[in-house]
Amino acid sequence: MSIAAAQKRGFGAFLWDYLTTVDHKKIAHLYLVGGGFFFILGGLEALFIRIQLIAPENDFISAGLYNEMFTMHGTTMIFLAAMPLLLGLMNAVMPLQIGARDVAFPFLNSLGFWLFMFGGILLNCSWFLGGAPDAGWTAYTPLSAVSPTHGVDFYVLGLQISGAGTLMGGINFLATIVTMRAPGMTYMRMPLFTWTTFVTSTLILFAFPALTVGLFLLMFDRMFGSAFFDVALGGNSIIWQHLFWIFAHPEVYILILPVFGVFSEVIPTFSKKRLFGYTSMVFATMLIAFLGFMVWAHHMFTVGLGPVANAIFAIATMAIAVPTGIKIFNWLATMWGGSITINSAMLWSLGFIPSFTIGGMTGIMLASAVADYQYHDSYFVVAHFHYVIVGGVVFGLFAGLHYWWPKMFGRILNEKLGKIGFWLFFIGFHLTFFIQHFLGLMGMPRRYWVFLEDQGLDTGNLVSTIGTFLMAISATIFLINIIYTSVKGEKASADPFDGRSLEWAISSPPPYYNFKQLPLVRGLDPLWVEKMDGKDNLAPAEPLGDIHMPNSSILPFIISFGFFIAGFGFIYQTDHQAWNFAIFIGMGIALGSMLMRSLKDDHGYHISKAELEREAD
Amino acid sequence: MSHDHSLNPETMPEDPAKATLEGKNKFFGLWFFLGGETVLFASLFGTFLALRNSTAGGPSGEDIFGLELVFLMTMLLLTSSLTSVYAMYHMKNNDFKKMQLWLGITAFLGIGFLGCEIYEFYHYITDFGFTFRSSAFGSAFYTLVGFHGGHVVFGISWLIALMVRNAKRGLNLYNAPKFNTFSLYWHFIDVVWVFIFTVVYLMGKVG
Amino acid sequence: MDNTNTNSFQKQKNKEEMKKQLITFVLMIGFTIVAFAIVATNAMDKMFAVPLLLILAVVQVGFQFYYFMHMKDRGHEFPSVMIYGGVFAAMLTIAALVAIVWW
Repeated sequence: MSIAAAQKRGFGAFLWDYLTTVDHKKIAHLYLVGGGFFFILGGLEALFIRIQLIAPENDFISAGLYNEMFTMHGTTMIFLAAMPLLLGLMNAVMPLQIGARDVAFPFLNSLGFWLFMFGGILLNCSWFLGGAPDAGWTAYTPLSAVSPTHGVDFYVLGLQISGAGTLMGGINFLATIVTMRAPGMTYMRMPLFTWTTFVTSTLILFAFPALTVGLFLLMFDRMFGSAFFDVALGGNSIIWQHLFWIFAHPEVYILILPVFGVFSEVIPTFSKKRLFGYTSMVFATMLIAFLGFMVWAHHMFTVGLGPVANAIFAIATMAIAVPTGIKIFNWLATMWGGSITINSAMLWSLGFIPSFTIGGMTGIMLASAVADYQYHDSYFVVAHFHYVIVGGVVFGLFAGLHYWWPKMFGRILNEKLGKIGFWLFFIGFHLTFFIQHFLGLMGMPRRYWVFLEDQGLDTGNLVSTIGTFLMAISATIFLINIIYTSVKGEKASADPFDGRSLEWAISSPPPYYNFKQLPLVRGLDPLWVEKMDGKDNLAPAEPLGDIHMPNSSILPFIISFGFFIAGFGFIYQTDHQAWNFAIFIGMGIALGSMLMRSLKDDHGYHISKAELEREAD
Repeated sequence: MSHDHSLNPETMPEDPAKATLEGKNKFFGLWFFLGGETVLFASLFGTFLALRNSTAGGPSGEDIFGLELVFLMTMLLLTSSLTSVYAMYHMKNNDFKKMQLWLGITAFLGIGFLGCEIYEFYHYITDFGFTFRSSAFGSAFYTLVGFHGGHVVFGISWLIALMVRNAKRGLNLYNAPKFNTFSLYWHFIDVVWVFIFTVVYLMGKVG
Repeated sequence: MDNTNTNSFQKQKNKEEMKKQLITFVLMIGFTIVAFAIVATNAMDKMFAVPLLLILAVVQVGFQFYYFMHMKDRGHEFPSVMIYGGVFAAMLTIAALVAIVWW
């Protein structure tokens, strides 16, 4: 692909371009589209749940379908919506922030996306093939080991495939940050979003293998007759709970740390001040990641691990409040005395601070093992984790999307629609979830299909459902905003927000090679450093020369498709042996394509110096 | 910034595996992957340790493990680790033929190990009726050792693909990192085996 | 960088490195034989045997990482961080699955 290919092309060529792309910016688009699709799907599932609970003893959906709804809502939102959207932002921004031309392994980057996408599709195929998984997003054994439909099988295979993709993404980002920083970009000059990407990738690296093993064990039990969770043959269900939470607790930090990074970019930019306490922010991020690995058993306080284990995990959990508190105060201090611009990105950040702090406070309440016996499995827990996941991650995603939209797509999102959307969502969010704290304290258990009349739960549930609709309207407004912007939106300059970091030093959207010449970084907030010196851009660190670029490839798509086919084979071979062929064919396609990839040399291509010179600056 | 990958023995870089950006990326990427693999195998070891006494009336490790075969397997794999070190030594000296020879020995030893493992499993299944499904201990044993075996299979396939693909064109800066990452991966398989023979077999025998 | 002059020097360095690795290998084989011998001869009580076996394994693995995989060399800071990070997560996982699964 050369510059000539960037001319107007037909839809087929456009599609082919995206199917084969290894460009981190285009893969970011794919992640945002894929994650956005599943976000809508998960949102619809949430709506169904809340409509069912709008009134006592409602019969909008059946009990079985309700189980499938809340299972898929949780699974979809965590694995298929929040994570891919975050990976999308990381892909779009992190390489630009460190002054790199792409990620370390462009091919793997593409493979990671397609594995996620096919895993997500496989999981959602279950809706049409005899029922979705219905054992909760935590899929606790023995329930998940004996659940009669193929639902849990889809859960196991879908997550296994998409999880492999995420792991690749994590390793890729780590290698990129270690080897591909621009000259002068030392570790302690990296923007906070890059730092959180780095730490998050470490968490992905160490947390996902536990899930991989857990899923394998469950798969073997369900499909190949092993006995890990079969008590009659000496198995033990608690193994699943440990493996799952050893993964899933770091997973919530995998979700929250990147958005901490987003806020640490948005707040300084719109306060016109450097981030307060940069060093403490970096170390707080690491400390959260470190502690995040030692607290998983707080999800298991009522299992009966014993008072010693419970006490250890309770104290470790409370300790996490310290680095998180450091971050909250640093953001507040960044704004203190700053010249603050209130726009959509900043509104989401401002809304985040109180919302997330409430979620953090209830977290400390839940961390107390004795009190947890009361809260456990009640709506109090539901309220808590929605305050941190929605009030933290979703707010952060919206802030990040508003902030980086011009950089990613070249147009600025409409401010008016953005602000209306924020207020609707903010009010809807608190309406939905604040009341759930009290529903929980009054004894409403989570995951129940119906509740009875006149137990003091009616009004609370009604209010909660109304709030959900406000959030749904807000999400719709955001979609309208996207369409409006892409048709009529204001074209963005290279630096529409008077930014501080490297991504604002190149055009919006950036050229496919990102930096014509790698920039020379002279300090933290490199672009701001130059602006303060009266220059409008960074000095180049190298003379203009040929740029080495990776070739596009369709193989990632084919490999993922192979695993997708094999997934069906694994699921259905328990019904009929003939399905073993699907395993062989699928694995054959996947492994064959991998072999092809390793046997065929791929040296990439060069953009010549002459070609670069011809291009207008 | 040159991307000419041909390698002249006279201007050999100190470490051809890490002389290019691609090489460095592969080097770090594989090491990070091994960090993740550590947790993967820890989860399997943990599961095995939790279930090692769950024999459900079937045979226990003490009943069936034979130390002679395990010792042979250990020697095969440890030696293959040394031979891949020799291969990397010759890579640094830019002696492609000797590198291929030592890699060939590595593959040969790996296949020998795999043959022993297949025989071992076959022996347990036919002579003791000890299978993947007999008990939670059986499931955990075959899963842990089988995962390691799967890694060996993957490693050998990887090695053979590398050797065949590069047989005719010699060493260059494009394929040196590939050989190097393979060798790191192979050492890691050996590391895992050290814990398997200690935790599964020796500790199983001690009781 | 001109490598022509350093080539023989480099060769000598590689050779010395190889010698160290060969010694490492001999030690590893020795440790393995000791470990198997402890079990085969029933020389020790379980109380002593199990910790000793684990120590032998850990030392051997240390040799693998530091000598065979060159973790002692320059430029291996991040690999070490990630391996020790993995070991940290691994220890927690194993501790949990050993200590708080059955009670």
